[in-house]
Amino acid sequence: MEPDTQLSSVASALAGSDGAPGAGPEPLRGRRIGGTLSPLLRWETGLVVLLIGVVIFGLDTSSAFTSDSYLFSQVLGGQVGEIALMTLPMALIIITGEIDLSVASTAGMASSLMGYLFMHHWSIALIFVTVLAMGAVAGAFNGFLVTRVGLPSLAVTIGTLTLYRGIAIGILGANTYSTFPTFWTNIGVNPVPGLPFMSWAFLIFLVMAALVGIVLHMTPLGRTLFAIGANREAAQFAGIRVKRTKFMLYTFSGVVCAFVGILLTFRLNTAVSNNAYGLELTVVATALLGGISIFGGKGTIVGVLLANLVFAGIEGALYLTTGFNESAFPIVTGGLLLASVLIPNFPELRRRAREAVHRRRRLHGAAPSVEQGVSR
Amino acid sequence: MALSLQHASKSFGAVKALQDVTLDLYAGEAHALVGENGAGKSTLVKILAGVYQPDTGRLLASDSDELVLAGPAAAIAAGIAIIYQEPTLFPDLSVAENVFVGRQPLRRARLINRRAMNARVNEIFERLGVTIDPDRVARGLSIAEQQLVEIAKALSIDAKVIVMDEPTAALSAAEVDRLANVITALRDHGAAVLFISHRLEEVFRLCQRVTVLRDGRWVLSQGTDSLTVDDLVRAMVGRDLAERTYEPHTRGEPLLRVERLTREGVFTDVSFDISAGEVLALAGMVGSGRSEVARAIFGIDRYDAGTVVLDGKALRRASPSAAMAAGIGFVPEDRRQQGLVMGMGIGRNIALASLRRLRHLGLLLPGVEQRFAADWAARLQLKYRRLSDPATSLSGGNQQKVVLAKWLSRQPELLIVDEPTRGIDVGTKAEVHRLLVSLAREGIAVLAISSELPEVLAIADRVAVMREGRLVGVLDRDEATEEQIVAMATGQAAPAGLLKATAL
Amino acid sequence: MSTAATAETQPREEPTNQTRFVDLALRARTFGIVGVLGLVVLVTTSIQSRFLSSNDVQFILSGAAIYAVMAVGEAMVIVTRNVDLSVGSVAGLSAFVCAGLFHELPGIPTVAVFAIGALLGGGCGLITGLLSAICRIPSLVVTLAMLWIVRSVDVLLVGGAQVTAGQVPRSFLLIFYDTIPGIGVPDIAVGAAVLAVAVYFYMSSFRSGRDLYAIGSDPDAARLAGIPIAKRITTAFVMSGALAGIAGVLYASQIGTIDSTAATGYELQVIASVVIGGVAIFGGSGNVIGAALGALLLGTITSALYTLGVNQNWDEAFQGLLIILAITLDRGIQAQLASALRRRRVRLGA
Repeated sequence: MEPDTQLSSVASALAGSDGAPGAGPEPLRGRRIGGTLSPLLRWETGLVVLLIGVVIFGLDTSSAFTSDSYLFSQVLGGQVGEIALMTLPMALIIITGEIDLSVASTAGMASSLMGYLFMHHWSIALIFVTVLAMGAVAGAFNGFLVTRVGLPSLAVTIGTLTLYRGIAIGILGANTYSTFPTFWTNIGVNPVPGLPFMSWAFLIFLVMAALVGIVLHMTPLGRTLFAIGANREAAQFAGIRVKRTKFMLYTFSGVVCAFVGILLTFRLNTAVSNNAYGLELTVVATALLGGISIFGGKGTIVGVLLANLVFAGIEGALYLTTGFNESAFPIVTGGLLLASVLIPNFPELRRRAREAVHRRRRLHGAAPSVEQGVSR
Repeated sequence: MALSLQHASKSFGAVKALQDVTLDLYAGEAHALVGENGAGKSTLVKILAGVYQPDTGRLLASDSDELVLAGPAAAIAAGIAIIYQEPTLFPDLSVAENVFVGRQPLRRARLINRRAMNARVNEIFERLGVTIDPDRVARGLSIAEQQLVEIAKALSIDAKVIVMDEPTAALSAAEVDRLANVITALRDHGAAVLFISHRLEEVFRLCQRVTVLRDGRWVLSQGTDSLTVDDLVRAMVGRDLAERTYEPHTRGEPLLRVERLTREGVFTDVSFDISAGEVLALAGMVGSGRSEVARAIFGIDRYDAGTVVLDGKALRRASPSAAMAAGIGFVPEDRRQQGLVMGMGIGRNIALASLRRLRHLGLLLPGVEQRFAADWAARLQLKYRRLSDPATSLSGGNQQKVVLAKWLSRQPELLIVDEPTRGIDVGTKAEVHRLLVSLAREGIAVLAISSELPEVLAIADRVAVMREGRLVGVLDRDEATEEQIVAMATGQAAPAGLLKATAL
Repeated sequence: MSTAATAETQPREEPTNQTRFVDLALRARTFGIVGVLGLVVLVTTSIQSRFLSSNDVQFILSGAAIYAVMAVGEAMVIVTRNVDLSVGSVAGLSAFVCAGLFHELPGIPTVAVFAIGALLGGGCGLITGLLSAICRIPSLVVTLAMLWIVRSVDVLLVGGAQVTAGQVPRSFLLIFYDTIPGIGVPDIAVGAAVLAVAVYFYMSSFRSGRDLYAIGSDPDAARLAGIPIAKRITTAFVMSGALAGIAGVLYASQIGTIDSTAATGYELQVIASVVIGGVAIFGGSGNVIGAALGALLLGTITSALYTLGVNQNWDEAFQGLLIILAITLDRGIQAQLASALRRRRVRLGA
């Protein structure tokens, strides 16, 4: 999203992140736009190391950490699969330089609609189709506002976040519906046969992650996503249909979130209007931890997968730790999020600090010098 | 002497951007700084601006005191004003606030004195002969107007040294004249003007002295009356460059037919055709609508009426992908913002428009893009380190080659280039001209938009001239002269003396 | 030279007309909210005449005051092209701490409590600001993390406990409900209005206030102009935090019983108020009075819907629609402006 005009190169030179024009020493961050695999693996490697650390920590706390039942109940089961599914379209959207804060509300709206339709005895097949269609419409509405009307996605999705949650409340009110067919609720609650540590939701996530990963890193469509995020105008000038692509991404997100709403409802065996409340921030944080740059144009699905595992693993490990107050868990995730954005900046920050000291030294060394700043 | 940079050196890692460069600026004088891309001009400007600190060397003020500029605010305090090529105005603030940003005049209790601020700005504008309302918001001002606001800002800090970086790149001839007057006024006022430009004719017209840099080193500093353009070119490049690009060749059948193309408020009733194997130059002043017509043909912009027919088939409007499928390529005016994805690798940039053809079973197998890009990079003699390096690591001329490679690799029937050599050093400029002409020789139709008349005359088979959104006429190569083009572009058949004053 | 001469002899009319047109459009935005507000009140009263009973008005004004106070701080941040998602958590923490103070130190003067709330919030804002401005972390990420961290600290502090209404002095609980004698306007609404006007004054007539707009309008140009960006942005976040802290105290006065869920989710309504109030999400334009009015409008619409008998379940949906409408309107105005300016320029032959 950052235009790279001459002016901004001057400004960033001042900020200390630029090299000589035309000569270009190696960019310090070592990460390239476009999803080239090799330099980006540095981030993913870090995540792998972190994950191993988490597993060791968990095992240290309790050898039950990697037991099938514990993994299923705390790590790869529960909410994790559903959140993970939502991180996939979120990652794609952030790569193109936009954001979608309405994901959890869409899931909640789907859940509400499900409850309502069940109450009115619709057939299950019809319910599935209707709910997914509603997700598509919700996503398409976002896409329409962002691409056709040209509104900033942060503001728009704050609006639709409110709107869709509002619709969820409007549909069900204070009611809850809790008598879903056991066949489906069993799928929500039981692990996958043969893989007793994994929920169906997580399995579906793995499959989808593989597909999305292939599309993102090995197809022309994936390349265009990176190009759009890095420089929307240049992508347009290369014949890429930016608006249509973003519109489709938002619609895709809507469908996936509606699907997540369905999974969630079956797992909880409850449709209530505040299902999935507040999850959007977790989804965004997971994508960011996974290496998706908030500025667009960078990131990998491998990173997103690892980030999901890291978050889930940490939560699971801390839960086992006696004396650890679960209420402190958000501090851990918050700190992790900050660290994930701070660490890549470290070399830059150090350089700027050094330059500032250097400047101050020159200032006091030479006589008579011009002090910085006009009197204010 | 207003300012003296002495024996300055600056390196970035292993790259020596400036080595032992000395530059003396005198009050009341316009001093030009020329050099190819990568010669060190922008590094020097950034040192004067306080953005960089030189590794060695000193900056001396008029009273021989050494200046240590810790940042841009210090440069401003020292009376050095920089006017960048891209305007740096705040779109949401008023013109007056832009002029006085951070230094708004105060009244009691440190409140901003709006009336005094507007009055001061009006005063300055009158001195410059300009009519912009200081109270209006800066959003919507033309580039020329934005520049004038920047100049007003410089005058408001009573700048002793005013640095202008490629100020005429986006100006019409009338605006260049106005700028020339402004520069004279600044000189009379006692300021020193440092004028950076690739347009050597302007250097001789507007400046009294010129300094040439090459590869980060100082080459010469002399009065403009003791040099010729060829001397300058030789000093910049280190060798003689004769522009002998054009070779006569035969034209084919009309390939593109544009009929009565209209976009309300932008261009009206534009009709022309281009044949295969021909270079048609589209000349005219900035703002005459040339780029807009080109963008409308390619589908980036829409148009309201008229038709575009390529190869006998009507082209769908407002669809770049349709234009590309029909065989049109488009090298845009703004290389960094529109032509390239700067943060992306060189190889990926080259392959970006050809991805679909590189697919195998829907996938892009590893290495396919790189091989493709390497092939085309070689064909265009691109100078780069690794294909995975970001496009920012290239010089302007090489960046332009990447954009050209991107489009040529699609083997278009029609190539539209908007300002093909803007901001490019002399050596690469000639290469690009030769390339365009050889494309025509191979049978490709080329539509070249250019504001540099020597370039137009160097490569074109025919010259179409636009003025204020209309096509005024089309000249054959043998009829086209600079005077004739300018006359048509400014809508007058004026006396010879007047033309000399407006010719670039 | 005739072309140049013609351009210069254009009468000054054109530029002034242009100015008036542009400025009018921008100023209309703030007044537009008042207009919409008036419309809502008018329509609702005509249908249900008891809408403007003094109780209702007091209720709307005092409820909106809390959001308005936070919206003023949030607007300062958004103008600089940042966002502060942590205001809800900060308000919640402040509510608990300040209410708790009354419980621990019964004799403490109310003013001191407000001051402590402001300091607490300001402290959180300082951390956020420093991380954002100096470490160059995008504010969305920083304030997202702070939202969690602060809320988590709050929960840890609270434990399972809560401060009940019975544990704080009655005078404190009345702060929310006190009105100016005779006029019947709630004290805190007046306070919020005064705050909004004061901050507006600061942002339009002081150099450092104008700097905030410059930073949001073009951060690169601001850096080049020598504006101390880190200092200004940190100040904006400190203000946002401090005002959230004060709002937390007001919340405690309103609700009386505070647990760890106080003010959860408030940040969204605050941001909605700011956006509806005409502050562009990308910064550089809008003002805090608009933001405060936006908070008032949201509160009024909620009450109006209730009075009209619309099922309360649909309140949030209406809010969402309103946000989208407001942003669309702003975009429409901007687009019209841009094309009008373009057409004028071409006609002048610039």
